[in-house]
Amino acid sequence: MSLLSRGAGVRTAAGSAQPSTAGVEDYLALIKPRVMSLVVFTVLVAMLIAPGDLHPVIAFASLLCIAIGAGAAGALNMWYDADIDALMRRTARRPIPAGHVAPGEALAFGMTLAVGSIAVLGLVANWVAAALLAFTIFFYVVIYTMWLKRATPQNIVIGGAAGAFPPIIGWAAATGAVGIEPILLFLIVFFWTPPHFWALALCRADEYARAGVPMLPVVAGRDATRQQILLYALVLAPIGVAPWLCGYAGSIFGATAIALGAIMIALAWRLLRADEFCSYAAAKRLFAYSILYLFVLFAALLVDRAIGMLSGQWPA
Amino acid sequence: MEKPNGENGLVLTKEQKRRQRVRSIAITLSLGALVLLFYIVTIVKLGPGVLNRPRSTSLY
Repeated sequence: MSLLSRGAGVRTAAGSAQPSTAGVEDYLALIKPRVMSLVVFTVLVAMLIAPGDLHPVIAFASLLCIAIGAGAAGALNMWYDADIDALMRRTARRPIPAGHVAPGEALAFGMTLAVGSIAVLGLVANWVAAALLAFTIFFYVVIYTMWLKRATPQNIVIGGAAGAFPPIIGWAAATGAVGIEPILLFLIVFFWTPPHFWALALCRADEYARAGVPMLPVVAGRDATRQQILLYALVLAPIGVAPWLCGYAGSIFGATAIALGAIMIALAWRLLRADEFCSYAAAKRLFAYSILYLFVLFAALLVDRAIGMLSGQWPA
Repeated sequence: MEKPNGENGLVLTKEQKRRQRVRSIAITLSLGALVLLFYIVTIVKLGPGVLNRPRSTSLY
């Protein structure tokens, strides 16, 4: 099957000879707005805490480019994964398996957004940020989606790097370089990804099994997954505190990170100890909390830096 | 003049026409927003120096 004809096996009202029935809302769904919102937030925080004077217009344009680049990666992911999306309840209503958007349309849409966002980011901000955005899209689409996702239960561990790159891109857009601070932000998102996605996978293990995606609960079982979640939570908690320990953030961030990390470990521990009856609820709770964890941790970094600037601790 | 049935090519339904119109409007708005963004970014990149044009040294 050629790449261009990929996804043609799924039910599509918009076949090759038929006019498109896609609405604007279908194209919006293709760029995964919920995933994009978290990306935008982490990029925004990285840009705001980065040193230097970035003009607000350039910052906004850069943020827009990174968000659109993330959306492009989402659209290309949906194009390639249309066959397995059709088999899972959570994803069956996505635009391609639902028949609203033809696979070729999604591919063209994703490629246009990808090329456009990289080129504009290079022209508006700098080519270091543009190169990082290009690599991130490549990593998410080719390394994660096309290769790792269907090949190994470590798919989201390695693939998680794609979701962790945006703060580095934001930092690079603001400074033209990569420093230790954005690498710490990268590590936070990187080690946050496995417990976040495995908690979801525990709730949807049957769907992943039906689609043939080797998620950890499908391959290694629920108990091994819950152990791994606790392990990653134990690694994540101290990494979450690292910006404070390394002197890049103040005590407000430090206290928040310690509390958030402790709750994450507690929820992972409860999931490990939960019996078969309660494990679904525990996994769902951990999944919901993990989103809150990342949001509050990055927000704390922002608040901490703002207070530091006002008190003269950090340069404005 | 309308051709006989079967020679008109694709005939869009009312819903398809509506969706096509909405897509066209969305593309137009997106392109307009891009033009505006590029214009503003260009002005910002040029900076205040663009107003300080050197005086002509030409004798004419």
